[in-house]
Amino acid sequence: MLILHCPYCGVDADETELSPGGEAHLKRFGPGSSDEDFQDYLFARENPRGVHFERWRHAAGCGKWFHAARSTDTLEVFGTYSAQTTEPPKEICDRISGKRPGWTWRLFG
Amino acid sequence: MSEPVSALSGSAFCGLVRVEDCGLKGMITLRGDLSAAAVKKAATGVTGGKMPSPLTIASGKTGSIAWMSPDEALVMCDYADAGAAVGTMTTALGTTHSLVVDVSDARAQFRVTGPAAREVMAKLCPVDFAPGSFEPGQFRRTRMAQIAAAVWMEDENTFCVICFRSVAEYAFTLLKTAAASGSAVDVF
Repeated sequence: MLILHCPYCGVDADETELSPGGEAHLKRFGPGSSDEDFQDYLFARENPRGVHFERWRHAAGCGKWFHAARSTDTLEVFGTYSAQTTEPPKEICDRISGKRPGWTWRLFG
Repeated sequence: MSEPVSALSGSAFCGLVRVEDCGLKGMITLRGDLSAAAVKKAATGVTGGKMPSPLTIASGKTGSIAWMSPDEALVMCDYADAGAAVGTMTTALGTTHSLVVDVSDARAQFRVTGPAAREVMAKLCPVDFAPGSFEPGQFRRTRMAQIAAAVWMEDENTFCVICFRSVAEYAFTLLKTAAASGSAVDVF
């Protein structure tokens, strides 16, 4: 069972109060992009064992979207942060580096 | 003109606690920048109280304001006053970016009363309702089994619960089940 801290309302929300929103920090490829980029945007996803970045929505609470960094194998949560960003904040990356030296995730790490 | 009635017309149940439909309540959704002076003034003008801080409910002389999210508040007043209050608020807000909607008929409100009220609510919501963690004045939007709900405490033995009117029957059944005689856990 996951418990994620909602950075908007400050509640430590139980997983059942949240809706999963899939992988975080996707870059959209729309009209004018190559078929390959568009296909990857639609279908290609990370499937890591370990550090992962996701979007979640505090659906039964304040209703806001936010980001979460967690481990897929231990369910350890490294932190949650605002949805209004295109990359994880440095403090979260530093915290992950302290616990999982050498981690990488897509272009981050 | 048809006569307005609440979802369960004042139904009540007595078990571990008393569960009752609160009848018609005036509820107005207010969205906007809650720190803006015009928004604060429009809301407090209806209740005669203060603006709530995050995760709280602030009562005034003629109603109360609940903090729903960083950009949403729920203004509660008498059912009969809600229509006029929406007009007053809309006028007061003028060109301020905001939204005011009368949702009185879209909601149902229940009251859960009794020494075991904390326990009954704790069976249904993923929220720490222990004394000290949740107290009168706090306001929490959460999930009650499979539906969205908002809860707060009127006093140490009384919870108020708001849910969508369309699921009022489900909410009442849930509360009755959680309050069934003989189902005490005595955890608090």
